[in-house]
Amino acid sequence: MTTTVAPAIEVRDLVVRRGKREVLHGLTCTIPPGSVTGLLGPSGSGKTTLMRSIVGVQKVERGTVTVLGRPAGSAALRSQVGYLTQAPSVYADLTVRENVRYFASLYKGVSTADADAVLESVGLADHATQLVRDLSGGQRARANLACTLVSRPTVLILDEPTVGQDPVLRDELWRQFRALAAEGVTVLVSSHVMDEAGRCDRLLLIREGTLVADERPDVITAATGTTDLEAAFLHLIRTGQTVMSS
Amino acid sequence: MNGKILASTVRRVLNQLRHDHRTVGLLVVVPPLLLTLLYYMYYEDSPLVFQRIALTMLGIFPFIIMFLITSIAMLRERTTGTLERLLTTPMGKVDLLFGYGTAFGLAAAIQASIACAVAYLFLGLQTQGSVGLVILIAIANAVLGMALGLLASAFARTEFQAVQFMPLIVAPQLLLCGLFVARENMAGWLQAIANALPMTYSVEALTEVGRYAEPTATLWKDLGIVAGCVVVALVLASATLRRRTD
Ligand SMILES: Nc1ncnc2c1ncn2[C@@H]1O[C@H](COP(=O)(O)OP(=O)(O)OP(=O)(O)O)[C@@H](O)[C@H]1O
Ligand SMILES: [Mg+2]
Repeated sequence: MTTTVAPAIEVRDLVVRRGKREVLHGLTCTIPPGSVTGLLGPSGSGKTTLMRSIVGVQKVERGTVTVLGRPAGSAALRSQVGYLTQAPSVYADLTVRENVRYFASLYKGVSTADADAVLESVGLADHATQLVRDLSGGQRARANLACTLVSRPTVLILDEPTVGQDPVLRDELWRQFRALAAEGVTVLVSSHVMDEAGRCDRLLLIREGTLVADERPDVITAATGTTDLEAAFLHLIRTGQTVMSS
Repeated sequence: MNGKILASTVRRVLNQLRHDHRTVGLLVVVPPLLLTLLYYMYYEDSPLVFQRIALTMLGIFPFIIMFLITSIAMLRERTTGTLERLLTTPMGKVDLLFGYGTAFGLAAAIQASIACAVAYLFLGLQTQGSVGLVILIAIANAVLGMALGLLASAFARTEFQAVQFMPLIVAPQLLLCGLFVARENMAGWLQAIANALPMTYSVEALTEVGRYAEPTATLWKDLGIVAGCVVVALVLASATLRRRTD
């Protein structure tokens, strides 16, 4: 099964300290290009911190993070890496369309037509002229997502992109993530929803800043002797058993 | 610097302002209102005092107002995560700083033009020099207020704190700029402080416009000093825009 394709993301012995506590304790993993990787773990386990390190906005104590062969956060990566923050970071006093068009304008070769197409794809076309501050929570989260997707990044880091969305929308968004991966985009998605984890090619499970699983979903369920991912994760988190590839 | 990103950032900042009707209203209405108040306070008894104060006020309003608006706007960029998001895109820090500078400079130009129109046409303000120079100095002051506001926002965590910087930064400049007591009549150490504060020079420049028909060497020197202060404040502000944080 092992191939020799260069990884899209390579994290080596990553140590991150936030405030007084060490949050990531020497984490190592690689993420293959053109795949959807799920990042799971209890609240506070370090998912957002790992994603921030990959995007290059997190101060890192030790270790290296390499994205598309360059150090994370390099200027050359800024047009290729898209980051969706967990809390919406859009302008509340602009309309949805103004927000998406503004973020589109920061990238070469992304047009206002692209911006409008993305609005359509997250189901906000009918709300394009509404101010973001007047949106519902789930709509605001989708406006946030639209501003990330619009740059058509090669590497897409999504921190809980489907929180607050109904099942129909969640399904549509996951189809989009799968379609992007099929086009070669590397997608890293954090989630707390186990049926979403089942739609990933690979899963990373963090427990208190340490990786306890890095495998395909079916391998993880098999290795833990469980029948579904929910049970598998409860097992891994509670026992500390690890399921690592290679 | 990237022209397309700069232009779209200017448009974005102005759009944010445009959606806030009340702020636009206050920007336009407050200076003429205060000038009118001054008119009724002084014009009958001491028209020369009115001339002096009104002219000075035309430079001070834009400074105060742009300082406040920018420090709050930038604080919001920091606290809502949009600043961090912008810094993960190809946008440069210079694009952001100049975007703000240009947008608020334009807003200040409109504000100053309206205030000058009211002052010259209805309140009998007279200057030897041209009204264009008054507007130019007002814009320089606005940009100075903006640059200091950008810088101040780095030291505030909440909007409450940001507002408190206004008296701290603005009041000493206002008291020492020569409006209340002529600089020559101040104690030596007060003069030394006054000489170190940029508003002193913009007030001196306005006084020059009031006295002389043609722009004087002092006026250009004063404008040069204000411009220099803008550059220093912007360089310091840009150092507070960190791509990597804890
Ligand atoms: N700015 C900060 N300063 C200090 N500690 C922080 C900061 N941000 C997060 N932490 C701590 O770092 C740890 C990991 O946080 P992180 O946000 O990465 O968790 P997470 O896995 O994303 O959690 P969640 O599922 O709740 O989003 C937590 O213990 C948290 O309290
Ligand atoms: Mg998180």
